[in-house]
Amino acid sequence: MNGAGLPWWAAVTVTFLLVLGGLITLIGTLGLLRLKTFYQRIHGPAITITLGAGCILLASMVYFTVTQARPVIHELLITAFVLMTAPVVAMLIMRAAVYRDPQSGAAPVVQLDAEAPSRARDVGGRPTEGRS
Amino acid sequence: MTPGTLVFLAIGFALVCVVLAMMLCTVRLLIGPSAQDRVLALDTLWMCTMLLALMLGIRYGSQVYFEAALIIALLGFVSTIALAKFLMRGEVIE
Repeated sequence: MNGAGLPWWAAVTVTFLLVLGGLITLIGTLGLLRLKTFYQRIHGPAITITLGAGCILLASMVYFTVTQARPVIHELLITAFVLMTAPVVAMLIMRAAVYRDPQSGAAPVVQLDAEAPSRARDVGGRPTEGRS
Repeated sequence: MTPGTLVFLAIGFALVCVVLAMMLCTVRLLIGPSAQDRVLALDTLWMCTMLLALMLGIRYGSQVYFEAALIIALLGFVSTIALAKFLMRGEVIE
């Protein structure tokens, strides 16, 4: 065991971050598997990429900083890179889906259009009531 | 119970969680009704692999796994961009 000289506060912090990161990763991919349409499914991995990866990267930073007795923060490279590229990837996949859906005659866009009028009425109704 | 044992157990739990997450991604990759679902599942699979490499780095106390994780993150980004571009335009480099 290489973490023998680890103080308790660091061990508890690392444990908390690792358990949280693992659970959030699992929840995000569960959303990827269980949600119904593609436009709902794309929100699941966003949780995995931001919060799950963030927690585990933070745990790695804390662990190596404490065990090596010097600031080890090069995990910030991965954090910055992942946080910068995740929106780009999501936007490109979403654009590909929006571009491909009318061609394949898939249901999701049609379903969203069918639900849109009632939602628009709900959202549009409240401000006018508030104003009057 | 020493602090090292606590971290050891936490890493075991997180490893099991991430491997389960990779299995769920694989199921979506196999059953995905459309191509963009499969690309999304593959992107999430890259991300889970990166997390797996990081956690193995904590487990074995080695800095080498950090560089592997960095390379996995870079390759995952580039491959997902290429696949999304292919889905949009039908070819990667025009």
